[in-house]
Amino acid sequence: MIAGREMRSRLLLGTGGFPSLELLAEAIAVSGCELVTVALRRVGVGGDLRRRGSLMDVVAEAGVELLPNTAGCMTARDAVITARLAREAFATDWIKLEVIGDEDTLLPDAPELLRAAEELVDDGFVVLPYTTDDPVLARRLADIGCAAVMPLGSPIGSGMGIRNPYNIALIREAVDVPVVLDAGIGTASDAALAMELGCDAVMAASAIARAQDPVAMAKAMRAAVEGGLLARGAGRIPRRTYATPSTPEVGLPDFGESAAPVS
Amino acid sequence: MILVNGAGSDIQAGDTVLAALTRLGLDAQARGVAVAVDGEVVPRAAWETFSLEGDARVEVLSAMQGG
Repeated sequence: MIAGREMRSRLLLGTGGFPSLELLAEAIAVSGCELVTVALRRVGVGGDLRRRGSLMDVVAEAGVELLPNTAGCMTARDAVITARLAREAFATDWIKLEVIGDEDTLLPDAPELLRAAEELVDDGFVVLPYTTDDPVLARRLADIGCAAVMPLGSPIGSGMGIRNPYNIALIREAVDVPVVLDAGIGTASDAALAMELGCDAVMAASAIARAQDPVAMAKAMRAAVEGGLLARGAGRIPRRTYATPSTPEVGLPDFGESAAPVS
Repeated sequence: MILVNGAGSDIQAGDTVLAALTRLGLDAQARGVAVAVDGEVVPRAAWETFSLEGDARVEVLSAMQGG
């Protein structure tokens, strides 16, 4: 449940990086996702208009909702303008807010992110900010009215999984809005871990789109998110250094001293 | 000079946003398209009437696959 919209699927899919629109369509179908991200770029750059048109067709035919992003924006101003353009282009108030502070790591720029989030919330947007795994920043974003927080597991497209699981668990405790693990997911076990740590959903883009078999990975992610959620609800056993026997020790037979090894 | 998506064009001062769109092969019905002039969004309803200044910077954006 984000901003009053109830979703059955806890998997969000990024549309970037798929080798073809056909594979994207198939991956959306098997993933069961209801929300997919899409970017805004200049017309006439990177792919002809017909292909972009068909991206909209693929999304419409799949019956999923669009979540536009502000990918590539490095200032609050650029992100706010891009969000307003996305609202105009896609007729949605929802925005995945990204304000990047470093081109090599694509890590969020915290002060710019907060500034942009504040302005967009005031402007009536449903803001889902891509943020660091800092619980304090996540709380600040939630406090100013973001509809969810999207902490990274590790840098975008790195496939490094969740580098600080303790912080993700702390973020879950720090905010009342949904927590969507974003960025860094490499394979299904990362998505399951995110759910086990208490995340409400997982966003996967490169992990699916750039897998050798994107459709199979989409299916794996779906199962992993469901498995992780079930495990979270089931309550895992505590970690211990020493063994705890799973078979009772009462009733063990006594075979006496044996002089010779059993042959 | 009026810049459309960062490139020079034959768009003249007084031409409308729609004229700039036409140069890019788009029309007023284009789906998933948004326009900013000098950093301000021009709503679709104003495309046909919004006339451009001589040094306007027009950004015409549409959907692209992205994370």
